[in-house]
Amino acid sequence: MENNRTRRQSVMRMICARFIRDRQAMVGAVLVCILVLTALSASVIAPFDPIFGQNYDMVLQNPGTGSYMLGTDELGRDTFSRLVYGSRFTLAAAVIPVAFAMIIGIPIGVYAGYKGGFMDQWVIMRVVDAFQAFPSLILALALAAVLGGGFTNAMIAIGIGFLPNFIRITRSQVMSVRNLDYIQASKSVGCSDLSIAVFHILPNILPILLVQMTLSMASAVIAEAGLSYMGIGASPEQPSWGSMLRISQGYLSVQPWMAVWPGISISAIVLGFNLFGDGLRRAIDSKVRH
Amino acid sequence: MRNLVFRLVSAIPVLILVSVMVFSLLHLLPGDPATAILGNEASPEAIAALNEKLGMNKPIIVQYGDWVYNLFHGNLGNSMVDNTPVTKLIAQRLPATLELTVGAFVVAIIIALPSGILSAARPGTWIDHVCTFISMLGMSIPHFWLGMMMILFFAVKLGLLPASGYVSLTQDPVANMEAMIMPMIATGFRQSAVLMRMVRSSMLDVMNADYIRTAVAKGLSERAVLVGQALRNAMIPVVTTSGLLIASLLGGLVITETIFSIPGFGKLMIDSVFRRDFTTVQGSILIVAVFVIIVNIIVDVLYTFIDPRIKLDKEDK
Repeated sequence: MENNRTRRQSVMRMICARFIRDRQAMVGAVLVCILVLTALSASVIAPFDPIFGQNYDMVLQNPGTGSYMLGTDELGRDTFSRLVYGSRFTLAAAVIPVAFAMIIGIPIGVYAGYKGGFMDQWVIMRVVDAFQAFPSLILALALAAVLGGGFTNAMIAIGIGFLPNFIRITRSQVMSVRNLDYIQASKSVGCSDLSIAVFHILPNILPILLVQMTLSMASAVIAEAGLSYMGIGASPEQPSWGSMLRISQGYLSVQPWMAVWPGISISAIVLGFNLFGDGLRRAIDSKVRH
Repeated sequence: MRNLVFRLVSAIPVLILVSVMVFSLLHLLPGDPATAILGNEASPEAIAALNEKLGMNKPIIVQYGDWVYNLFHGNLGNSMVDNTPVTKLIAQRLPATLELTVGAFVVAIIIALPSGILSAARPGTWIDHVCTFISMLGMSIPHFWLGMMMILFFAVKLGLLPASGYVSLTQDPVANMEAMIMPMIATGFRQSAVLMRMVRSSMLDVMNADYIRTAVAKGLSERAVLVGQALRNAMIPVVTTSGLLIASLLGGLVITETIFSIPGFGKLMIDSVFRRDFTTVQGSILIVAVFVIIVNIIVDVLYTFIDPRIKLDKEDK
């Protein structure tokens, strides 16, 4: 047991060491850190109020006018402040749906992969197939039609959209380890299924799930922005980057900068999550290879 | 053959589940569906009349049975807004969406295949880095923002292309292409990124295989090896992911059609959500889901034909 733990720690350390040496992965990590820090300290960083900071003498200003670093919107609100507060929506959009999908999806995936049989083949996987038949944006539209729009419902809809993916990946990972010697050994010494799943299988498949988590966060940010852009996510006055894009479209020929900044922010964060996830995958793959 | 049968049989419970899910949509409406549709101010008579029309007074199993019966007779119900048959609404909108889907898919392949092959042929060189970087950008830039930036640049600044407005292909092919080229590129670019990574990694795998080494040893030119031997194998992931790609394309098109005001299927769906036209939403979602299931079955079957080594995995890994 002691030996096992040391080995696990050293594998984890190896993955971390490879990750830190990977330049692209570090760029991703820095971008994600910037998002988290901005979201946490938005009230300190933002010079103006993002929702009520209207100034009708200063509408649709160019970047650099007065104290408006990135210009103003159609109500004279500071674009920079709105972007800074918008990072909170983005962070929530990255975390909530993915956490939702993982909390529900991983146990189901472990169960299906470990137990197999009728339940797995004809119940769980067929439900997963059924969910996967709905493209996630369309699932979100359907839920918006029934439950109404809004940020919370958008989060639920995106989370449900990720669920099948997490179940599938967890299941296939579990299936690839369930017949390994050490699992059989734990079985033979009388470990319960639950303890095998939690203490022996989960730690083994965790790295792959972390990769999937990071890459899903990238998609979640895009999905939230897309839903808010269509007007069924965050409401227009909320400074979500997607709703900012929605408003900016009406002023594209008058004040194009309004559309430029939120788009760059979304792209940068999504790039960050993608680089992070890819770096993690490389770190794990080289662990396997060596 | 056995696998094909298994694949078809396992699609049956999925189709049933999908139909139950779509059917339940109307019943998920908080409270009484008729009140939700007509609003709280509606008179009790109007609500009762609508309930009658929707068949809400019957037991739920009977309602489901009626609905499925109608489905098999090609009847998706009538729009709640103007009473047009939903099938007619969808049929009107389908050509634009099909054109966009095919166009975006072609754009994705035109970008992904050459760049994927190039970077796999020269791994670690600057060509590889540039191609990989572009595909990373493609995965990170939201396609609706790319669309907006294209409108800004090509329509607003340069005035080369129309910002929006759709002309059907049969009416005026040139004007149609002018209107469709930006949405096709905006949607296709993102898909190309996913596809390019697939092509690159599967080419890299194949390039180390024995038979490629043999081909090189025989003295075949690099071009002959790449195109003649490796590409065929690298096409496998292109085919297998195309099912997923088409599903995500369809989802993405909802936004693309909104930005470029293209009267397609996606625009119909989002407009119906805002008009609270539940039968149209229900019908459109069902069509999309069934379409995705069929595409996936075709892909699975194609998969075994392209690569005889692969047998449909019974475990469905």
